[in-house]
Amino acid sequence: MSSSQSREPITIEDGIKLIDAAVTKLTRIIEGKPEPPFLPEEYIGNYTIVYNMCIQKPPHDSSGPLYEKYGAILQAYDKLTILPSIMEKHDEYMLRELSRWWEINKIMVRWLSHFFYYLDRYYIARNGIPSLTVVGMTCFRDHVYEKVHFNVKQVVIALIHKEREGQQIDRALLKNVLDLFVQNGMGNMERYEKDFEDFFLTETNSYYSRKASRWIQEDSCPEYMIKAEESLKKEKERVSHYLHSDTEPKLVANVQTNLLVSVAKQLLEKENSGCSALLRDDKTDDLSRMYRLYHAIPEGLEPVAVAFRLHVTAEGNSLIKQAEDAATSGIVEEQVLVRKIIDLHDKYMAYVTDCFQNHTLFHKSLKEAFEIFCNKKVAGSSSAEMLATFCDNLFKKAANDKSNDDSTIESTIDNVVKLLDYISDKDLFAEFYRKKLARRLLFGKFSDDHERSILTKLKGQFGGQFTSKMEGMVTDMQLGKDQQTGFEEYLKNANTGKPKGIDFTVTVLTTGFWPSYKTSDLNLPLEMVNCIESFKAHYEIKTNHRRLMWIYSLGNCNLTARFDAKPIELIVSTYQAAVLCAFNHTERLTYQELIDQLNLSHEDLVRVLHSLSCAKYKFLKKEPASKTISKTDSFEFNSKFTDKMRRIKVPLPPVDDRKKVVEDVDKDRRYAIDASLVRIMKSRKVLPHQQLVSECVEQLSRMFKPDIKMIKKRIEDLISRDYLERDTENPNTFKYVA
Amino acid sequence: MPRTASKPTKKRSKPYTVTSSDTDPVPSASSKTKKSSKENDEKYKLFNKYANTSSGVIDPEGIEKLCSKLKVSHTDIKILMLAWKMKAERQGYFTKAEWRRALKALKVDTIKKLKKALPELEKEVRKPLHFADFYAYAFRYCLTDERQNCIDIETICQLLDLVLGSTFRDQVDHFVDYLKIQNDYKVITMDQWMGFYRFCNEISFPDMTNYSLELAWWPLILDNFFEWMREKQA
Repeated sequence: MSSSQSREPITIEDGIKLIDAAVTKLTRIIEGKPEPPFLPEEYIGNYTIVYNMCIQKPPHDSSGPLYEKYGAILQAYDKLTILPSIMEKHDEYMLRELSRWWEINKIMVRWLSHFFYYLDRYYIARNGIPSLTVVGMTCFRDHVYEKVHFNVKQVVIALIHKEREGQQIDRALLKNVLDLFVQNGMGNMERYEKDFEDFFLTETNSYYSRKASRWIQEDSCPEYMIKAEESLKKEKERVSHYLHSDTEPKLVANVQTNLLVSVAKQLLEKENSGCSALLRDDKTDDLSRMYRLYHAIPEGLEPVAVAFRLHVTAEGNSLIKQAEDAATSGIVEEQVLVRKIIDLHDKYMAYVTDCFQNHTLFHKSLKEAFEIFCNKKVAGSSSAEMLATFCDNLFKKAANDKSNDDSTIESTIDNVVKLLDYISDKDLFAEFYRKKLARRLLFGKFSDDHERSILTKLKGQFGGQFTSKMEGMVTDMQLGKDQQTGFEEYLKNANTGKPKGIDFTVTVLTTGFWPSYKTSDLNLPLEMVNCIESFKAHYEIKTNHRRLMWIYSLGNCNLTARFDAKPIELIVSTYQAAVLCAFNHTERLTYQELIDQLNLSHEDLVRVLHSLSCAKYKFLKKEPASKTISKTDSFEFNSKFTDKMRRIKVPLPPVDDRKKVVEDVDKDRRYAIDASLVRIMKSRKVLPHQQLVSECVEQLSRMFKPDIKMIKKRIEDLISRDYLERDTENPNTFKYVA
Repeated sequence: MPRTASKPTKKRSKPYTVTSSDTDPVPSASSKTKKSSKENDEKYKLFNKYANTSSGVIDPEGIEKLCSKLKVSHTDIKILMLAWKMKAERQGYFTKAEWRRALKALKVDTIKKLKKALPELEKEVRKPLHFADFYAYAFRYCLTDERQNCIDIETICQLLDLVLGSTFRDQVDHFVDYLKIQNDYKVITMDQWMGFYRFCNEISFPDMTNYSLELAWWPLILDNFFEWMREKQA
């Protein structure tokens, strides 16, 4: 307004007077007192005073003192006006005062900065001292904030507590106050954290710890979890309403620790409502909630997974025990048991996929649980055997009863394959399965589709080596049909004609695939011998270099027995047929004569004679008529026999020897262990014993769980056979002997 | 000369090789020969006293005679040690070369001197360095058949008593008891034999606190022995 040169320099004293006057007006305005607002001239005038005083030539250049003055004004205002007002009040009122004065202060600083702006432009910049705004904030912080923050914090926390207990509070106020804490940090969060957050978290800690102790006593697991979920939700809302976002993770962790982690064991193990009970009673919602809550906590799911595993194991074990108790005379109802295990698996797998979101931890727990009880023996039968018998019955029924639709069979097969995964003695299963498969293929009806289906699935899961023999067996049967047609063609064309009116079917089995059977040198009746010879001739033409080994114990025969009353068709095994045919030429035969004539072993003959003379149907008369066969007995054809049926099937009880199967598998295992050990040592050359054992176990784990003692024994055997030797310096290490 | 068991198919590496405590003096030429041949004569004379004239070796009968002259029982360990010194290959028989070898090493040529030398020999063999070798030798010496590589339990029990009885009385007694009642093994292999020696040396007895089933590798028969002992002690 006026040029600087012609004016009189303003002295400090005068300047200060002018400034004070402006400040007084300003304070009245911002405090809401009746005061006319600054006119533009006044506003500019204030600025100009400062400006002039700054550019005045020394000794009147007053930048320094003005800067001091600025600080002094604010300081005085803080100390004399703001602080006392705040200190007068309590509780929420104090907060309101603080909030109000904070806003006022901000305006004050702003206006004042405008007046003193020229300082900002030159004096401050040139001297590297704090800007006007910074000075303003620092003043407030040092003279107001520092004095009141402790009490303010107490009030805030008390209010939060009130809200937690369900009362309404002024959220906006809290937001402002906490904002104030943040801003007084002047660039970092230290003030907020040290003066508020730390205390807040400590308080939260004790609050929720108290709640947890109470709730855990009073509430059931689902109720507790609902409360926990609610609490977490509320705390998160609290953050969005007035806490700084930085607090959220710390707060959540705090609450979770108190409500979920420290009581995890008690909560999950609550009787009648804990994890176990929820699983048992299908409480999928509660379980999902449990998963949600614990999933958010690092490693929080572990106790839940453990509880899950324990529960499933207990369920499985009780099924096993039930079956054990129900087993009458050592025979297990494996149909029932296997079905129940399958159902159990389906039920708990559903939990894993739905409630537990397919989490690997739970898959693992399920697997571990099943592995524990699926490998238990029930009344002497191993699970491997039971599963094989289960399959056997499944397929036998399916072949006989076409009404069973394929999809249920398929899904059962899937379940069987899944269960097999849990059984460690897979090779034992394979052996039992093979034996029963042989019976099914040779003696009963079988469905090619089903048999192939399960083999494909087993192959997919366990590898081709597991199923190669069984597949061979099934293929043999198919080839057998073609072969039979070929044979019949041959008979038609060859001049031998059908041998003596006997219909004759031969099934050729490939030796390696089928279980080993004892052969016997049975002397066949003449009629049968012709059949054998004609097939031999045909086969020799067809193939080279193949040797046929006849297994009469697996054959069966339809005989027509002409009894006095009426002829009856008998369906018997070849052995039985041979014995009966012996009576075609003689009325009576002694045991000894039969042995001589037929060349059967004593064991076999006793079994056959028993089935024909001491069992349900007495086709032969035995002298003496005791219940057992002795070597001094003699037999006669019982022409007086009759029955209302026209066709009778006479079963010869199979000599299915569980012990033998186990022995065979043990033998195979020994070879497998040897092979594995040699293979490992060949590639590693030198290996300490522990590593050798663990590698061996791993290699074989797909098929079975090797016994450590057996491995040790095999190693010693290999040492004595010079495949391995001990290292002379270190007897705990082995070396491969090339 | 029947050798101790050798494998036709697999090349057998011998971890426990026989070493002699001192080398055989190399038969040297010229001047020494006369003197050594004279000495040898003495030894041969002695040899012939006990040898079977038709077979040309000292047979069991001869050994018995020798033992009575030496005033030791033919089951005394010193005779076995003498055999070791000889590197005798066949149990119950000493050949000329073996005889000469031992007597030369012991620097004796009369029965009297031999008798005096035996206690010295025993001391020498009992030194840890030689004893392991002697122990292994004792096992091989008892193998009567070429193709054999193990010894039956009864012989083992006697052998253990003979060879280890004086130093590890306790262990031998217990182990022999165990061997007699167990059914898993009917014969003992060299590996198991040496294992037991290691056991006696390394494991404190009878507490066996430093025996570990997992950490160290002991032959299975010793694991079973250990478990049996524990059961007894419980």
